[in-house]
Amino acid sequence: MIPSSFTYQKVKSVEEAIAALKDSDSKILAGGHSLIPTMKLRLNSPSKLIDIGGISTLKGIKESGNEIVIGAATTHAEISSSKVIQSKLNLFAQTASAIGDIQVRNRGTIGGSLAHADPAADWPAAVLAADATIAVQGSKGSRKIKASEFFQGLFTTALQEGEVITAVHVPILSGKSVYMKFPQPASRYAIVGCAVVKHADGKISIAFTGVSSNAFRDGAAEKAISGKKIDAGSAEAASKVAAEGVHIMSDHYASEKYRKHLAKVYLKRALLAVA
Amino acid sequence: MTATKYIGKSIKRVEDKRFITGKANYTDDIVLPGMTYGAFVRSPYANAKVKKVDISKAKAMPGVVAIYTGADVAAVNGVPCGWQVNFKNGATMKEPKHPLLVADRTRHVGDPVAFVIAESRAEAKDAVEAVAVDYEKLSCVTDPAEAVKPGAPLVHDDVPNNICFDWELGNPKSEVDAAMSKASHITTLEFTNQRLVPNAMEPRSYIGSYDPINDKYTLYTSTQNPHLIRLLMCAFVLGLPEHKVRVVGPDVGGGFGSKIYHYTEEALVTWCSNKIGRPIKWTAERTESFLLDAHGRDHRTKAEMGFDKDGKIVALRVKTHANLGAYLSTFASCVPTYLHGTLLQGLYTTPKINVDVTGVFTHTNAVDAYRGAGRPEATYILERLLDLGALEMGKDPAELRQLNFIPPFDGVKQPGYQTQVALQYDSGNYEGVLKKGLEAFNYKDFRKRQKEAAKSGKILGVGISTYIEACGIAPSAVVGSLGARAGLYEVGQVRVQPTGKVSVYTGSHSHGQGHETTFSQLVADRLGIAMEDVEIIHGDSESVAFGMGTYGSRSLAVGGSAIVKSIDKIIEKGKKIAAHKLEASADDIDFADGRFTIKGTSKSLGFGDIALTAYVPHVYPKDLEPGLDFSSFYDPANFTYPFGCHIAEVEIDKETGKVTLTRFVAVDDVGTVINPMIVEGQIHGGVAQGVGQALFEGTIYDDEGNLTNPSFMDYCMPRADDLPMFETGSQVTPCPHNPIGAKGAGEAGCIGSTPAVVNAVIDALWSAGKKVKDIHMPLTPERVWSALQ
Amino acid sequence: MKINVKVNGTAYSHDVEPRTLLVHYLRDTLRLTGTHVGCDTSGCGACTIHLDGKAVKSCTLLAVQADGCEVTTIEGLATNGNLHPLQEGFHQEHGLQCGFCTPGMIMTAADLLKHNPKPSEAEIRHALEGNICRCTGYHNIVKSIQYASEKM
Repeated sequence: MIPSSFTYQKVKSVEEAIAALKDSDSKILAGGHSLIPTMKLRLNSPSKLIDIGGISTLKGIKESGNEIVIGAATTHAEISSSKVIQSKLNLFAQTASAIGDIQVRNRGTIGGSLAHADPAADWPAAVLAADATIAVQGSKGSRKIKASEFFQGLFTTALQEGEVITAVHVPILSGKSVYMKFPQPASRYAIVGCAVVKHADGKISIAFTGVSSNAFRDGAAEKAISGKKIDAGSAEAASKVAAEGVHIMSDHYASEKYRKHLAKVYLKRALLAVA
Repeated sequence: MTATKYIGKSIKRVEDKRFITGKANYTDDIVLPGMTYGAFVRSPYANAKVKKVDISKAKAMPGVVAIYTGADVAAVNGVPCGWQVNFKNGATMKEPKHPLLVADRTRHVGDPVAFVIAESRAEAKDAVEAVAVDYEKLSCVTDPAEAVKPGAPLVHDDVPNNICFDWELGNPKSEVDAAMSKASHITTLEFTNQRLVPNAMEPRSYIGSYDPINDKYTLYTSTQNPHLIRLLMCAFVLGLPEHKVRVVGPDVGGGFGSKIYHYTEEALVTWCSNKIGRPIKWTAERTESFLLDAHGRDHRTKAEMGFDKDGKIVALRVKTHANLGAYLSTFASCVPTYLHGTLLQGLYTTPKINVDVTGVFTHTNAVDAYRGAGRPEATYILERLLDLGALEMGKDPAELRQLNFIPPFDGVKQPGYQTQVALQYDSGNYEGVLKKGLEAFNYKDFRKRQKEAAKSGKILGVGISTYIEACGIAPSAVVGSLGARAGLYEVGQVRVQPTGKVSVYTGSHSHGQGHETTFSQLVADRLGIAMEDVEIIHGDSESVAFGMGTYGSRSLAVGGSAIVKSIDKIIEKGKKIAAHKLEASADDIDFADGRFTIKGTSKSLGFGDIALTAYVPHVYPKDLEPGLDFSSFYDPANFTYPFGCHIAEVEIDKETGKVTLTRFVAVDDVGTVINPMIVEGQIHGGVAQGVGQALFEGTIYDDEGNLTNPSFMDYCMPRADDLPMFETGSQVTPCPHNPIGAKGAGEAGCIGSTPAVVNAVIDALWSAGKKVKDIHMPLTPERVWSALQ
Repeated sequence: MKINVKVNGTAYSHDVEPRTLLVHYLRDTLRLTGTHVGCDTSGCGACTIHLDGKAVKSCTLLAVQADGCEVTTIEGLATNGNLHPLQEGFHQEHGLQCGFCTPGMIMTAADLLKHNPKPSEAEIRHALEGNICRCTGYHNIVKSIQYASEKM
């Protein structure tokens, strides 16, 4: 319940954060809702925390051309209640409101969640399906990572040592989109989370979280449904090929077989919801 | 008697204000001058030899005051078990020592190896990490049915086959076998009644404090029974003189059984406070609560119910392996025996019953009474067998129950009902609650709705459970003959102050039940005074003479009755005082509505006048002592037997297997009700816990003896969005043998609800053509989905 | 580290260890013990307070993160001695038994009603996802919040 000792530095800029990260065994503290619980159980004992909560440039939601830019330190609650997000990126409003509970959404941030890359977190499915890019900054400068390249494994991302997520860039979604999840009953994390985006050209993007050691786009399912009229039959056909050929997680709440089955059920439901 | 101004009314709780404003006083809220903080080094292994404990590095860490290990407390007794159960052959059950700290061997994950005391919580935690323990890990066993097999790892080397006791109750096996062999249909179930974690929201917390000047100890403890803790700790563990030990149970945040028991940590903080000469606080972290608060249930059972061709039950045969954990908790031995086997008559006229229970040690945390304690397990057996029997025989489950019910009896004009399993029921009207339940649910239309729903692809199910329980625990002589090592009476003192205000001291101990309100209603009405003029005091061994505490739905039936006894004495003495002042005979004085009146006249004196006279005895009967203050012990004549009918409706998501509890009807008969609002609240909470067992909760131990779901992120507690609004109804069949007529309401919800929900799911599956007999609780989506495949 | 926080309208300045959780600062340093610790995994909600007007779990925040912020705890919810409608609702509808989860329930419900003054039963139940009660079965908690919603 009480973390090991550490030093604490509240930084005013991303540059300051990057400089502070050079000290070994330091960690970025954003909302703290992924990090602090592990520190309380002493599963994680960094020697230094760099609090980026005070960096104003990391906060907020802007519309810029044909994309929405969400600052990394923007909370889930700010995202779900944003008028811009609700009208132009509704998938993100849905996803944000599916995370945790009121209290967690008031503190937890999109950047923090993405950096943590919990295999059962909600955001990864949404950023993948929406073709978002994740802007990061490090001592060698800034770069943008495609969501499809960001999640690399269990709690593993394309972030390099010393890099900080600064923003998430998401193309405005004009068509229908949906995020649906079957929650683990105790933690309410996703056993299966499925994000589906229907684009104007009939193309369908599909991403899953909770199913495998990292969130993924389901190319086979997308191919099966893209360009087709979505109905019970086509959704069923797409679900048949969904979540195949990936490693499926298994735990007390859902065996491999059941989880795979749920992924198919949730894809079907999500597809029908955007039909 | 007095007109009832308060009794039977839903008076808002008088204790609420401190809780809703953040001013309550739980043990962890208390800070004593010079207080230190304790933290434990706990075994990561279920079964291991402790080869070496090196505290040298930890001892040198900042803020560390002292560290104690098993060697330091080797001469101190362990915590005792309060109930002796004998083997069938008459031998005493096995009672291995449960030490305050283990010295050479750990027997479950979390067993304490060292206790670190430091200036702050954080420093204590830091030092815990610096204690180096050298373990030799050994193989372990967690399942009671496995643990009794030859060659299973032993929990205690001197307990062969890990068997604590074997035990039998009811009719001889041969008679039951003979009756069973004549049955035209036998319904059989083999199942696990899974292990549950009580999870009172307030983690256990203790502060031990020693005052060397007066040679006096104080223990603040989150307990359901401070006096019992003092008795057990002083007499059995630490050998301290009881008059030199004060035990205080301040506000307690829920118990559900888990705070009845005397835990090692209580004795340890008390013992250590003398050693270091400073107060010590230890508060469990939730992970520790999961690992160490005594768990509930955990039975492996095979049960068979035989029916004749009409559906009359002819015999019941039950064989259970009860997991006791690694050590015997305070009431561990009586839960699967006298609180379980004795309830297998249920509401039915079953003529032949045999129950056989083996109590088994395993390398797991201790198991003891958890809300309902034995009675939910018994009810689960009966109610599952009845609903399943009805499905198998193609009969209606409500009609099958009706056919088998014991007919109504009030225990006054008609005698109590003698069961085949030792108990004599006090009063009952079982068909009454079933009828009310079926009407409230609109049962007659359900099958039509079920068929309609099926057409649109929905799977609905209904489950019934008609339960009985034994509470108001308990007649001391009876439980004594069955092995209880304590009396189970209660103490109630009523002190009328000179101004007519009343202080009531009760040995019952509220941890959420609303005693301060219910008892005030009772006292105010009986004395004809305002509720505001009554104060209920509980939870402190220095102010309350004695007490056995709150569990087994006993507070009102036993604790309330003790208060009534004292009130009766007050009224009797008041009559003498009034008679003297009014120049009449005491026999001619009536007491009603707070006034002492000469029969047939308007000459009277108020309660306040009499109180003042008792303390200012200028005009006073010669042979009467001054004062108006009585204390009484009430030892009940029998258990009380609440009963009821619970009906659940569920809907199953065909594709995911997820069960939604759509309706829950509970009609409970808990005898006379003082405060319906509080009783309904008790039913709601009990039902939620029972539903929790059916659908959500359960420990998962791995092969290494690790509890793999020791947190709220892993162990699914029912949340607000998991439950519907509950539909409650009531019937009143007063208890004939206590002065209040109350039977008890604390556990009813938890006892009746679990089988109702499981029955509903099984019914739904049968309606969908899947004739499964059982699904392991909790009925998780995956298990239900698998059953649908 | 030095922190400045305003709690229930009073300004405080204290030196705290960086690892001090906000809930421990409130309970141990300020002796505001109405905020409870019910778990160690941010799951039970007993520690819920308002930080700059928003419901948060004070067990999952460092005290240093509250530097410069305004905190409201259950002790600060009543104004001028008048109970908040939620406090009144929990009393009127018997929304509490042991009382341990109650402060967190009330603080979470206050956040809900701020954003959704007339929530449906389902919305209330959903909003309580992060708060566990073991006593009431939530039935009367839902009614308590409905009571307050009517009153406010």
